[in-house]
Amino acid sequence: MPKDFGIGASSKRREDVRFLTGQGHYTDDLQLHGQAHAVFVRSNVAHGRIRSVNTARAATMPGVLAVFTGEDFKDVGGNPAGWLIKSRNGEAMREPKRPVLAHGKVRHVGDAYAAVVAETYQQAKDAAQQIADDSVIEELPAIIDMAAAVADASNRVHDEIPDNLCYDWGWIEDNRARVDEVIKSAPHVTTLELVNNRLVPNAMEPRASIGEYFPGTGDYRLTTTSQNPHLTRLLVAAFVLGIPENKLTVVAPDVGGGFGSKIYHYGEEALVLTAARKLKRPVRWTAERSESFLTDAHGRDHVTRIELACDKQGNFLAFRTETMANVGAYLSNFATVTPTFLHGTLMAGPYKVPNVYVNVKTVFTNTAPVDAYRGAGRPEATFSLERVIDKMCRELNLDPFEVRRRNFITPDMFPYTTPVGLAYDTGNYEATLDKVMEIADVAGFEARRKASAARGKLRGLGLSTWIEACGIAPSHLVGVLGSRVGLYDAATVRVNATGNISVMTGAHSHGQGHETVFAQIVAEKLGIPESSVEIVHGDTSKIPFGMGSYGSRSLAVCGVAMSKAVDKIIAKGKKIAAHMLEASEADITFEAGKFSVAGTDKAKTFGEIAFSAYVPHNYPLETLEPGLEETAFYDPANFTYPAGAYLCEVEVDAETGKVDVVAFHCADDFGNIMNPMVVEGQVHGGVGQGIGQALCENTFYDENGQLLTGSYMDYAMPRAADLPFYNVDYSCQTPCTHNPLGVKGCGEAGAIGSPPAVVNAVIDALHRGGITHVTHIDMPVSPNRVWSAIHG
Amino acid sequence: MHNFDFVKPSSLAEAVKAMQAEGAQALSGGQTLISTMKQRLAAPAVLVSLTGIAEMKGVSVAGRVMTIGAATPHAVVAKEAAKAYPALAALAGGIGDPAVRSRGTIGGSLANNDPAACYPAGVLASAATIVTSRREIAADDFFQGLFTTALEEGEIITAVRFPIPDRAAYAKFLQPASRFSLTSAFVARTGSAVRVAITGASENGVFRWTEGERALSANFSPQAVKGLKANADDMIGDLHGSKAYRAALVGVMTARAVAMAMA
Ligand SMILES: Cc1cc2nc3c(=O)[nH]c(=O)nc-3n(C[C@H](O)[C@H](O)[C@H](O)COP(=O)(O)OP(=O)(O)OC[C@H]3O[C@@H](n4cnc5c(N)ncnc54)[C@H](O)[C@@H]3O)c2cc1C
Repeated sequence: MPKDFGIGASSKRREDVRFLTGQGHYTDDLQLHGQAHAVFVRSNVAHGRIRSVNTARAATMPGVLAVFTGEDFKDVGGNPAGWLIKSRNGEAMREPKRPVLAHGKVRHVGDAYAAVVAETYQQAKDAAQQIADDSVIEELPAIIDMAAAVADASNRVHDEIPDNLCYDWGWIEDNRARVDEVIKSAPHVTTLELVNNRLVPNAMEPRASIGEYFPGTGDYRLTTTSQNPHLTRLLVAAFVLGIPENKLTVVAPDVGGGFGSKIYHYGEEALVLTAARKLKRPVRWTAERSESFLTDAHGRDHVTRIELACDKQGNFLAFRTETMANVGAYLSNFATVTPTFLHGTLMAGPYKVPNVYVNVKTVFTNTAPVDAYRGAGRPEATFSLERVIDKMCRELNLDPFEVRRRNFITPDMFPYTTPVGLAYDTGNYEATLDKVMEIADVAGFEARRKASAARGKLRGLGLSTWIEACGIAPSHLVGVLGSRVGLYDAATVRVNATGNISVMTGAHSHGQGHETVFAQIVAEKLGIPESSVEIVHGDTSKIPFGMGSYGSRSLAVCGVAMSKAVDKIIAKGKKIAAHMLEASEADITFEAGKFSVAGTDKAKTFGEIAFSAYVPHNYPLETLEPGLEETAFYDPANFTYPAGAYLCEVEVDAETGKVDVVAFHCADDFGNIMNPMVVEGQVHGGVGQGIGQALCENTFYDENGQLLTGSYMDYAMPRAADLPFYNVDYSCQTPCTHNPLGVKGCGEAGAIGSPPAVVNAVIDALHRGGITHVTHIDMPVSPNRVWSAIHG
Repeated sequence: MHNFDFVKPSSLAEAVKAMQAEGAQALSGGQTLISTMKQRLAAPAVLVSLTGIAEMKGVSVAGRVMTIGAATPHAVVAKEAAKAYPALAALAGGIGDPAVRSRGTIGGSLANNDPAACYPAGVLASAATIVTSRREIAADDFFQGLFTTALEEGEIITAVRFPIPDRAAYAKFLQPASRFSLTSAFVARTGSAVRVAITGASENGVFRWTEGERALSANFSPQAVKGLKANADDMIGDLHGSKAYRAALVGVMTARAVAMAMA
């Protein structure tokens, strides 16, 4: 029987009421008295030396209030990198300063080197154009191709970095010699060179920031499109502008999607705060869509060569990966960890492969910064692995289902330590494979293939069995690995005098549904209606210091913190109840919203206890503080490891090269499920993004560093018509062993598991159609690419 | 966007007069022009709206001739031409999305002559006549290359007159991002004469594929053009399709249009 409220119920997303009725309140909706408008002057060349930025004429134009250039920020801090990665030789990564406004050089198309604040947006825009016209930027040869960037030491994105290399990382370096040895002597080695295509995040809401300064108190407020307001506050206040954190409030109101791109602090945030202080007026900026294309942190962009060594039965002996990861022109906050610890550590997949080595060279180019994007590193790992496994199966004529089954880590092997340093706590990979084969009716595939063939279409079946690591932690471990931040989260549960509840969370909800699901958990634990629980997030002046939402961590980290805070409420409630019921605390039980004395009918409701805490007339004041409010910080003992099996069916039109995804089946293990409907929604969204990456999305810089896909005319987003009805199952549940909710995280899974399933299905369709010379097609698998592969 | 003046005449005569102002430009559905202005790539001093002119709107049929007012939105054509000229109605109904179809017009599309637009193929294959404020122009003379037409300064398209073919169909292959035409074929057969117009493919904009026309005049069946290709040298090569790909699609989409026309 499905539940109709509490944990496990498909409670309707309460936030959708405002989102779907136009009542959401986004940054750009905030209109402030006396506000001024900022417009940025952005480079139209990919690489250039700034000879002069002449603002004199612009400064006298109508409505112009202030003009800023890189010169104004050369003495404040840079926007820092969140992880220090070390090269194989022990050297620290190269970490060039990322200024608020470019100074000396511009390094990608869209790099802002000046800004104008004016009374109106149009006036600011006119003046920005004037500055562009009046400035001299000497164009330098653009550095776009990663291999060329590393090979040519004379052409440099950052003058002080000779080979454009951020680091050359080996994981695990001690495994290297042995992996080389095993590959050399293996009965079979499959090699695949592939590209994990760069993606533009394309959140529906573009970035926007509003700075305010209050001269009476010296306080600042930044309203901004952030997935993690406390992190943004820390970065902009402590690292960049030197504002004391207690003097800056950061508010992230409703945020229309982030997918990673709104984790990071961007220079525009520092600019609006600086301008607000100078003008003593609110200063606002909202990105135009083309600014989003050019300046939001992009995702992926790996070029990889992977080798899989196995015996003739397909038992894996070793994986070796060499990857070049494009970091763009500057280090965005988590750019250095994404291709390393979020990628290399996943290169064993769900398999009991004994030898794995990963080498990643991260390279600066004259392109937009690249950082974590839904899945972050794990889609890249999964794609490489699941593609090379598929290729191996074809080479050795082995069944891809059977090969995976043979190599899975089995349930009796947990906890399982991989050769790339993770300790998987639990899982049942074979169960998800069985499940997906059942729900996808694999047995009936041949009949469906024939039906497609009768319509002139080639039908194929593609499998991907994926694993990921969510809720990156624990802090002391990531500290050793190079993280400069902690990765706990926090929640405060405030029981109001009348028994209803406000929960202040460090996690930020920008579409995920926290306001619904977190309330379900609190309601279930306290035996009260969901409607009595309000989730408050996104305002540093209200919430405890949390790390925000990314990496599928909200429930597995912040949700657990909240659950622990509720436990503290219950513990205190028992003390109050013991006093009121004149019983010993040890005899008090709490169930279904009632504190009772065990074995009697003496009881107090949760509401009565709450009231007593705030009107403490009959209350143990000598031993217990009044009030009922608790905070918990939670730093997980390990990552969580969601895993699953995805099957994609495609039809390929060989005449045009067009691929249609006709079915997509997911069998996921997310541990315990709090709200099935929300989980399905997360999987749908993630798979949609994965299909977009696999079939549609192409971020293309030409050799001059111009983004040729800088608008929706050329950047193909997946649309409803490109996507099938998804078949999502989450019944294979192995609860996480180290968090009390037993949850694992589901936000990124779809985007991680789906791209290789789609590409494998396309290759399968071609092979079944007799087109066997095609062994790989790089994403996006566009009609043109499929046609060229067939006819090439 | 730069500032501009806006006039909305209610008759063609007034519109012609308004177009004589310095820096005047016609505005129809605005689906192209407004975004060009927002990007500051166009800065007309005066916009002369054509959407308030009753004589420029609507679909009418007289015998085997259908006339569409230049300011008629695609959505209206999709609906009102469906009976008399279903292939053209289907073309209109496949343009962009509902918002674009509610505003974008046939006159704007033809005046713009985007090499990836749909209407030019329908107009050229149908041997339609473009009626303007000054004259009548045969489709074969109207389209003169990328974003270039026979229209003169200040000349306004008022209507398009289509002889209705016996059989016709438009087979559109979508450019994956914009969903304009990547390479699409409009095939029209009247008596034994066959006209094939291809849009999206050529560096010279919409064109008649004479090789395909010859083959189909001899044998009006998909097989007649299967395997035929256009000359790849004339094709557009870009991120979405190489020259060779587009050249092959010309044959494939023409065959599909013929199959649809015969259905
Ligand atoms: C998202 C999107 C998707 C689209 N998809 C497609 C598609 O799939 N296929 C397709 O064919 N088109 C497509 N279009 C184009 C659209 O359908 C319109 O046809 C096109 O934008 C021009 O028509 P309009 O009425 O909006 O013209 P406007 O934008 O108002 O004008 C365009 C140009 O024509 C001039 N003009 C307008 N009317 C006249 C006239 N009567 N006489 C002389 N000059 C005139 C204007 O001065 C201007 O230079 C799409 C557009 C958008 C925004």
